[in-house]
Parts: sequence; C-alpha cells; structure tokens
Amino acid sequence: MFQRNFFPTLVFILCLFSANKSFSEDTIPKKPFNAGELILHHVQDAHSWHITGHTSVPLPMIVKTDKGIECFSSSVFWNKEHEPTEIYTSPSSGYDFFLNHEHLKVAKKENGEFVKGEEGYEEDEEATKAAKILDLSMTKNVFSLLFGALIMCWIFLSVAKMYKKRPGQGTKGLQSLIEPLIMFVRDDVAKPSIGKKSDKFLPFLLTVFFFIWINNLLGMIPFMPGGANLTGSVSITMVLALLTFVITMVNTNAHYWRHVFAMPGVPIGVLIILTPIEILGVFIKPFVLMVRLFANITAGHIIALAFFSLIFIFGEMSTGAAFGVSVVSVIFTVFMFFMELLVAFLQAYVFTLLSAMYFGGAVEEGHHAEAHHPETAAAH
Amino acid sequence: MNTFLLASDIPLVMPEFGLMIWMLITFVIVLLLLRRYAWKPILKMIKTRETSIEESLRGAEKARDEIKELYANNERIINEARVERDKLIKDSNDAKETIISEAKTKAKTEADRIVTSARETINNEKMAAITELKNQVAALSIEIAEKILKEHLSNDENQKALVNNYVKDINLN
Amino acid sequence: MTTLLLEVPVAGGIAAAGAGLAAIGAGIGIGRIGGSAVESIARQPEALNDIRSNMILAAALVEGAAFFAMVIALMVVLAK
Repeated sequence: MFQRNFFPTLVFILCLFSANKSFSEDTIPKKPFNAGELILHHVQDAHSWHITGHTSVPLPMIVKTDKGIECFSSSVFWNKEHEPTEIYTSPSSGYDFFLNHEHLKVAKKENGEFVKGEEGYEEDEEATKAAKILDLSMTKNVFSLLFGALIMCWIFLSVAKMYKKRPGQGTKGLQSLIEPLIMFVRDDVAKPSIGKKSDKFLPFLLTVFFFIWINNLLGMIPFMPGGANLTGSVSITMVLALLTFVITMVNTNAHYWRHVFAMPGVPIGVLIILTPIEILGVFIKPFVLMVRLFANITAGHIIALAFFSLIFIFGEMSTGAAFGVSVVSVIFTVFMFFMELLVAFLQAYVFTLLSAMYFGGAVEEGHHAEAHHPETAAAH
Repeated sequence: MNTFLLASDIPLVMPEFGLMIWMLITFVIVLLLLRRYAWKPILKMIKTRETSIEESLRGAEKARDEIKELYANNERIINEARVERDKLIKDSNDAKETIISEAKTKAKTEADRIVTSARETINNEKMAAITELKNQVAALSIEIAEKILKEHLSNDENQKALVNNYVKDINLN
Repeated sequence: MTTLLLEVPVAGGIAAAGAGLAAIGAGIGIGRIGGSAVESIARQPEALNDIRSNMILAAALVEGAAFFAMVIALMVVLAK
C-alpha cells in the first residue's frame, strides 16, 4: 500500500516544492523569505488563485454596495506580478476599491492622491463603512466549495444510478468504495448514537460526512482545483456547526430541556451551578465542533507548509544547508501527508459522530424522569 | 469572550459573511439534491438488498433442511431396498440350497438304486456263472474221473491193489 | 517556525510556550487513552470495535482542547 502510493505522493510533493521554490525565488530579491507570511497566504482565502511564480488565475468578484451589485474580475487589482496591490475605480459606483489583506476596502484619498502606507494603500474607514460592502465574490474557497459540491453530486448521483440499474445485485466500481462508507455512517455512527429515529437524520449526516471528507482530501491536493483550505476555514465550519445546532434545536423534546434546566436526580444546590453550565453547554457544543474541524485542518496545512519553509529558511543561510534540510523536510512532509490523510477521514468521522450524538441527545425519550422527579415533570 | 476580541484582528479566525452565504446555499442545495436523488434511493436499495439477502439466506437454510430431509428419505429408501435385496438373496440362496440338496438326495438314491440293482445283477450273473462253472467242473471232473478210473482199472493188478486198499480201509475202520 | 518566533516579540515566545504546554497536556491525555484502549482490547478482544470508536472519540475531544490552546496561541502570535 505504502509503496504503491509513495511515488505519486513524491511527485505531488515535488510539484508543491517547485511551486514554492519559484514563488520564494521571486520574492527573495525584494525582501527576505517570510515563512509566516507564506504559510498564512496559503492557508487563507484569496480573491485570485495563485498557480506558480507570477501566474495566478483571476476569479470573479461579486460586490454589493449601497449603490447596487457589481461584478468584475479580480485581475483588476493585479500589478505586473499578479499581486493584488492596485486600486480599481468602479465605473458603476465610483468607489475606489482595493484589497487590504484580501478584504475589499475603499482607498483613502487626500488631495486627489491615494495615501500609501507601509503595506500598500490605506483604507478610508468611514467610506468603507458608508459603502456597506458585502463581498460575495467567488473566492478561492467558494470556487473550491462549488467544485467539491459538483464532485459530490457527480459521485453520489452516479452511484445512485448504479443502484437503480442493478437492483439487488452486488456492488461494482465506485459503488464498492461508497457503500461501506454509507453503511459505516448508518450502522456505526447514526444508529448507536441516535437509535430508532436515526433514519430521519441520516441524509444530513451522510452529506456532512462526505462533504468534510471530500473537501479535506481536495484541500490536500497542492494545486488547482484543490489546495484551498476550505474545511480549515471558520466560515465553512461555522455554517456546518450552525446547521447541526439548528437541527438539534428543531428536534429537541421536553426530555432534553428537562435535562438542561433541571437534571433529574440532582439536588437543588447543585442545580444552581449545574444549570448555567448545561445551558452554556448547549451553545458550546456546536462551537467546539466548529473550532475542532477548523483547527485540525488548518494546523495540518500549517505544519506541512512549515516543514517546507524550513528549506527556504535554511536556504537563506546557505545552499548546502537547504539541500540537507530539504531531504529531512520532504520526509517529514510525506509523513504529515499520510497523517493528514488519516486526519481527513477522522475529522469527518468525529464531526459526524458528535453531530449524531447531539441529535441523539435531542430526540432521546426519557422513561425514568417522571418517576424520580414528579415536581420537575409538573413544571414543564 | 477574550477569543473574539483577539479574533477580530486576525482574518484567519474571522468568519467571512460572503463565504458563509455561499457555503449555506451550496450545502443546503447539495443536501436537498442528494437527499432526494442519492441517499433515499441508495439507502432504500441497500435495505432492500439486505432484506433480500436475509430472505435468501433464510431460503437457503430452508432448502438445506429440505435437502437434508430428502437425503434422510433417500437413505431410508436405500436401506429398505438393501434389506429387501438381502432378503431376496437369502431367499434365493435358501431355495437354491434346497433344490440342490433335493437333487443331490434324489441323485444319490437313484445312484444307490442303480448300484444295488447292478450289484444284484452282477451277483446273479456271478451265481449263474459259478453254478455253470460248478456244473461244468463237475461234469468235467466226472469225465476225468471216469477216464482215470477206466485207465486205472484197465489191468488186474491195479484192480487188486484197489480192492486191497479198500479192504484195508474197511479193516481199519 | 524559527523565523516565526524570531519575528514576534515576547508575546510570541510566551504563546509558543503555551502551545507547547497544550501539546504536552494533549500528548499525556491521548497517551493515556491509547494505553487504556490497548489494555481493554487485550482484556476483551471481542469488544474491539466499540473500544476503538470510543478511543477515537475521546482522542478527538482531547485533541480539540489542544487545538483550542493552539488557536489562541496562534492568535496571540498573529495579532497586530
């Protein structure tokens, strides 16, 4: 298994290596290599897709301001080296847009000239606020999100078609890969955590599981259309956690709230402390769900990139050191790659399992509460 | 929370509204699409197949039992046939033996009879031959005796000796 | 990482130390989970699947706590 996958992985890594190399070679003459900046740049969302060196792919920008919606290409901000440093004066709204760390802002103008600070143009905070900018651009992450969604639809609709075409027969091809996973989510995740009502939540759990897993894997591909840190972006994990939270809330029953507000079998004195914790817990659970996925995936990307940055950090000292370190860091990165393959699945599993457990808690039927605490039962 | 106070400065941990909206729309569409066109049919098919597998397993079990029963039946029939055959063979053997022994006895008595009659005939013939031989020997000996006597008594001397001899014998008696 | 540390002042160093402490805590926690899981598997090999899934869940929870610390440390380093 390892041997068969090793070569493609190595090629992968070398691709990443060469991309990084040319990137850093070009930046070295201007300023020293900055590992933190490089890592953050790769981990964050962007309005254009960096391919290699001075080549990027522009992505469409959709911006809503107080003067209406406008669309333009992100290449309007580019300088000659495809870096988003320029100012774009919108013909329809007249705003002087520029990208401040990939955030769309209105530039500050003094005496008919744009004010330039240490890190490019400066923001006119009042104008930005007044413009009520809502950036709905197709960023790198949005593009990756849509690509992942298309892949998901393609995989599962074709698998569903195979099931329809060959009813009651054994699995074949893609079906054989997908079916054990579906069975795994159904029998090992949903059923033990939720119980009898698991069928109702199964579509959501399956979608979440495969969404996270597939996008984790896509994020590990170091070149377009993969490589976006989608599942390591708070916006994405927040939406997923919010959906879990909303579904949990919609399905809660009296038993659940009784356990939150007045845990049966607990004396009143303890309840005063316990109930606030329980109420907080209702919100902390999805919050932790959000942070865990985000932090795991982002940390994976950061560590892999940090190993690579070592080569260039040492490269600034001497070429020989860079070659020596490159061997070690490639080995470490390959190791991290396999770790991340495992983490990609594990995080999808953990997110799905915890979601299922929260659903299970919400729909659980109490049999003992009334018998123990008639007064709390009457209160509800 | 302290986290959020710090978070506002760092784009990495700040959720972005645009991306969230894209995510929400895309995810809900994917969820609804897959629920309608993928998960429901797939789960249904898996369930159908599971029940059909279960049923066929149960059917196979049943068929196995039936085969077992059939085998038992066959065995019983074969056993019965074997017993029947053995009985037939035994009967026929018995019959053969009786016939053979009967034939033997018959043949023996016949042979005995033949032998006895042959022996009788032989005896009879023998007796006849012996009687004939005796008669012939008697006739022959009489003839010989006559001839000897004639020859012996042809001269006087011999006649006298004979008479003397007889006389002597008589005296002695 | 070295440059990351060299660039940021004292706060960064403290943050890195905090991240390290969190990693130690998580390491101990996950180590104990793994050890106990292996022990229980040895004791009850037939419950392998249940033990494994619970082990992964517990490890993920511990890891989540460690990542909390790491994210906070990262935010201290990156905050301007």
